[in-house]
Amino acid sequence: MQVNEYNMPDDRGHFGKYGGIFVAETLIPALAELNAAYEQAQKDPEFRAEFEDELEHYVGRPSPIYHAKRWSQLLGGAQIYLKREDLNHTGAHKINNCIGQALLARRMGKPRVIAETGAGQHGVATATVAARYGMDCVVYMGSEDIRRQAANVYRMKLLGAKVVPVESGSKTLKDALNEAMRDWVTNIADTFYIIGTVAGPHPYPMMVRDFQAVIGRECLGQMSALAGRQPDQVIACVGGGSNAMGIFYDYIPHTDVKLVGVEAAGHGIESGKHAASLTAGRPGVLHGNRTYLLQDANGQIIETHSISAGLDYPGVGPEHAWLKDSGRAEYVTVTDDEALAAFHDLCGYEGIIPALESSHALAYAKRLAPTLAQDRILLVNLSGRGDKDMHTVAEKSGIQF
Amino acid sequence: MSRIAAKFSALQSQNRKALIPFITAGDPEPGQTLPLMRALVAGGADIIELGVPFSDPMADGPTIQRASERALAYGVSLRIVLGMVHEFRKVDATTPVVLMGYANPVEAYGLENFARDAQAAGVDGVLIVDYPPEECAEFSRVMKAVGIDPIFLLAPTSVEARFADVAQLGSGYIYYVSLKGVTGSATIDLDEVARRIPAIRAQVGMPVGVGFGIRDAVSAARIASVADAVVIGSKIIETIEQAPAGTAPALVTAFLREVRAAMDKREQA
Repeated sequence: MQVNEYNMPDDRGHFGKYGGIFVAETLIPALAELNAAYEQAQKDPEFRAEFEDELEHYVGRPSPIYHAKRWSQLLGGAQIYLKREDLNHTGAHKINNCIGQALLARRMGKPRVIAETGAGQHGVATATVAARYGMDCVVYMGSEDIRRQAANVYRMKLLGAKVVPVESGSKTLKDALNEAMRDWVTNIADTFYIIGTVAGPHPYPMMVRDFQAVIGRECLGQMSALAGRQPDQVIACVGGGSNAMGIFYDYIPHTDVKLVGVEAAGHGIESGKHAASLTAGRPGVLHGNRTYLLQDANGQIIETHSISAGLDYPGVGPEHAWLKDSGRAEYVTVTDDEALAAFHDLCGYEGIIPALESSHALAYAKRLAPTLAQDRILLVNLSGRGDKDMHTVAEKSGIQF
Repeated sequence: MSRIAAKFSALQSQNRKALIPFITAGDPEPGQTLPLMRALVAGGADIIELGVPFSDPMADGPTIQRASERALAYGVSLRIVLGMVHEFRKVDATTPVVLMGYANPVEAYGLENFARDAQAAGVDGVLIVDYPPEECAEFSRVMKAVGIDPIFLLAPTSVEARFADVAQLGSGYIYYVSLKGVTGSATIDLDEVARRIPAIRAQVGMPVGVGFGIRDAVSAARIASVADAVVIGSKIIETIEQAPAGTAPALVTAFLREVRAAMDKREQA
């Protein structure tokens, strides 16, 4: 594979056979308008400068890399470094993309933004930028997720967003996405749809990746300064896959750095209650792109399970599908229980409360580190903080507030 | 000549417009589909659009999504839908049947296998909502190879450059989505439709059906005055949904007769 000349996707959004534009005709002109606006914005130094200025002064970038020495020592193998996206304003990587898309919305003269959210992180980030730029904001969220993430729902409301519960289907992220698409197609003239992950119809997978690529770009410089070299492996959790694409992207040409995406195995792949699309799914078409999907024999999308609402999605970004098939990235799985154990480790040994999503990446590092020599380096994307997960973790431990 | 082309040709010679009702296969339960299809024909349907249930019907509003969920609760798969068309063909050899659904069930079935089995079952046209022209040259080729019309959507927002793509890839008729939004929402802008249809018809060289937002005899008759076909979906699903047990076929026939009469009256006027 010629990763040195990596230039995915093609002009119609294809990553090999994945990606593309699989939407009803009613959405085609809106996507064409978005694509043209994004292309123009990318070439505009003023747009780039404003994006970077917002990332520095509003988000607090660059986010640091932290060497988790104590945990690494206890595990007795490779050194674990953490990219601290949890220290961003709003507590996760999601804000990077929201800033980018909100600036684009403003440029396109769209006064209203909508979003879908699973864990609530993307909803909070969207509500935040809507408040920051004075835009109307509606967030669609599955009613099951609203129950699991009550604190984030309240945050969005504080920020002035309207949170609309979605009662259809499995009442989770995929259903919220369906509902947001319906809103968009109905209100296309004044509305910008801020998709939170590297999925959906072109140009979303490419655009979200580009806005998140700041993560990996910073890591390249920071790892040189901190460790004198690049990591042996870069590890990130994958639901839709935006934090993983963000940290992977600039490492793709660095073929000596292994890229590992960690999917949610829920109660275990064999139980059928999981969200591991790349590991246990088949290619198909959903939400505007061709990618790996969790589906039954008849092509119906099946309900997924993960302890982490942010990973509870039956699809995955098309670029990950391509990275898997090409062999450039490897995808592994971690169960709810393993993620919880890693969550508690990081709390207890490093004084950092990680998001349950990120805890999946941590759990894989925990499994891997003891098998490697002490001079090996694992860079884990700590994509978000765990304050939002207090309720879930307490419930699991039989604790009531 | 395909059943769809023959139907439009016959209607044209009578100066009538096509009435195309939509129901979701397997809604409210699989045993009702055949009686409902026959009820649609009894009410004056020229072509039947039969929805293939999908778990994530993004382009549909809540009414058709509920119909999909009811059918899926009975495990109604694409294979079962093809079986229903096969049964319908035993009692009706002339009314064209168009399957309307989403890409994933067709891809899971396998495109070539689907084309073969759909033709054997007596399917006349296929409309995949999330297959815009740019993604489905292959789909169009495979369908046409077995004599099935690939049917495409155009929307008020479609730029003229797209008409040529659709003319090249599609056949049978064009389904013009008459409003922005999902199925079942809002009301139709008749002036807008009247303005667009002649240009579309001239460029695609196919009959143009109009759907989305047509809920009664009055709006159907108004659309029939400018379009070649009138598609009615959500209103029929609502009728089925609200019908007391066993009465849905009769209610659907009565509703369509009223629509049919209004459409034909306009044409005689």
